Amino acid sequence: MDVILNNRDAFFSGFLLTLQLCVLAGVGSLLLGTVLAVLRISPVPPLRWLGTSYVNVFRNVPLTVVFFFVVFALPTIGVRADFLQIPGLDQVFTRLGIQLPYFRMAIFALMLYTAAFVCEALRSGVNAVPPGQAEAARSIGLTFTQNVRHVVLPQAWKAAVVPLGSVIIAMIKNSALAGFFGLTGDLSATFQQLVSARGQAAIPVFLAVAAGFLVLTIPLGLVLDQVERRQAVTR
Amino acid sequence: MRTRKLAALAAIGALALGACGTEDGDGGDGNGNGAPEFEAGTTMAELSEAGTIRVGTKYDQNGFGLVNLDGVPEGFDVEIAKIIATELGIPEDGIVWSEAPSAVREEVLERDEVDIVVATYTINDERKERIDFAGPYYIAGQHIMVAADDDSITGPESFQDGEKTVCSVQGSTPSENIRPFLANEDEQLVLFDVYSRCADALTAGDVDAVTTDNVILLGFIADDPEAFKLVEEGTFTDEPYGIGVQKGDDEFRSFINDVLEEIVADGRYNEAWDATAGQFDPNPPTPPTVDRY
Repeated sequence: MDVILNNRDAFFSGFLLTLQLCVLAGVGSLLLGTVLAVLRISPVPPLRWLGTSYVNVFRNVPLTVVFFFVVFALPTIGVRADFLQIPGLDQVFTRLGIQLPYFRMAIFALMLYTAAFVCEALRSGVNAVPPGQAEAARSIGLTFTQNVRHVVLPQAWKAAVVPLGSVIIAMIKNSALAGFFGLTGDLSATFQQLVSARGQAAIPVFLAVAAGFLVLTIPLGLVLDQVERRQAVTR
Repeated sequence: MRTRKLAALAAIGALALGACGTEDGDGGDGNGNGAPEFEAGTTMAELSEAGTIRVGTKYDQNGFGLVNLDGVPEGFDVEIAKIIATELGIPEDGIVWSEAPSAVREEVLERDEVDIVVATYTINDERKERIDFAGPYYIAGQHIMVAADDDSITGPESFQDGEKTVCSVQGSTPSENIRPFLANEDEQLVLFDVYSRCADALTAGDVDAVTTDNVILLGFIADDPEAFKLVEEGTFTDEPYGIGVQKGDDEFRSFINDVLEEIVADGRYNEAWDATAGQFDPNPPTPPTVDRY
């Protein structure tokens, strides 16, 4: 117990950084995943192929490999996820703006990987929307974009909430990998530092770090249950 | 274990029979020509009589202990172990090598899987509670490696203004030693699982420096002298490397200490250095005084 109390600052800052990573990667995955889902249901074949290829690549490659690719391969061609240095946002999430690229790279890698799963979860939601809805929308003269934006996606979101929740929870746990790809100070890197370098007892540190992840995932699960219940009422 | 006991008994017998005749023979400083004599019952006598010694060393440390393509370890640690074997009257093919990665070095000694550990093994008090150390035979220290054309970093103090970034390995002592020199850890420190990733990041320009023991950095510089160099200031920590022996075996420890003093005096220490790690490091090391605690 002393181990946890003595290092509470390290655990807390580790928790905050993992939280930031998850929020940013989560939002990014949802946006990218939505775009991919729209590509996959679009009426233009090349766009459909693009979406399908993306999903096939990133859903079937291990996350570690994606991390390797982003952190070690992309820099050799000059890509360091610099597009994530978003003005304004880097005032809130200060790690976004700094010179070291590993926080941005971690977001990028998690985003690339998770977006494939978000896309498929959303598409399962789209498939759950009765075909008559889209046909009716088309028959009253809505374009594809209007159809998707106002008719299909709003209904698809509801059916996709449960699988999307699982995808995001999996992403939060996957974020532990970032600590092994250059990111310092997140929960998994904190574990390494305390146990290996400072020789703290492994089990209490492990439990504290595991608790940090549970604090992120369990409330998210509860919120999703709430959303699901509300959705059931409206149906 | 059983064979070792038998060997020890045989050694005692042999000594009892031949003790008078060889009193002033080769003694403890034999150079492998005649069989050296040791007091019966000591580890030296056991090993010498058995004609074999089990040595734990690093298999992946360029310059100190690195297994070559034929599976034979090479390096400064390996040479030191060979000299100790020679002094025990054990031929080179009597040495049984085994890998001793950092995490298990105490354990292999405690479990009697090896007789000595020569494996870039820093002497410290925590370790002395489980095993004993002969030596030190070399003082390593934490150093900083930068790109060959970078003169902006001169030592650990160069990180205090919060501008320069530095890479090390997760959970390592060097990563902890450098933290006090950093103005902002979040923005300056990068940690990977192995040092080669740090070297890659330095090559790619993602970090400005790599820090760990000079020995490891020398290995990288040896691989690519055009790309990397050490900073002007010398090492900023002391890591005395010792030879691990089983806890409480004071006679064996003091024998190894004698050997170390002897090889420094007769030049074999420098020879061993020049043939191995000395190829990467232009400055020959000052042999430290052994610590007979």
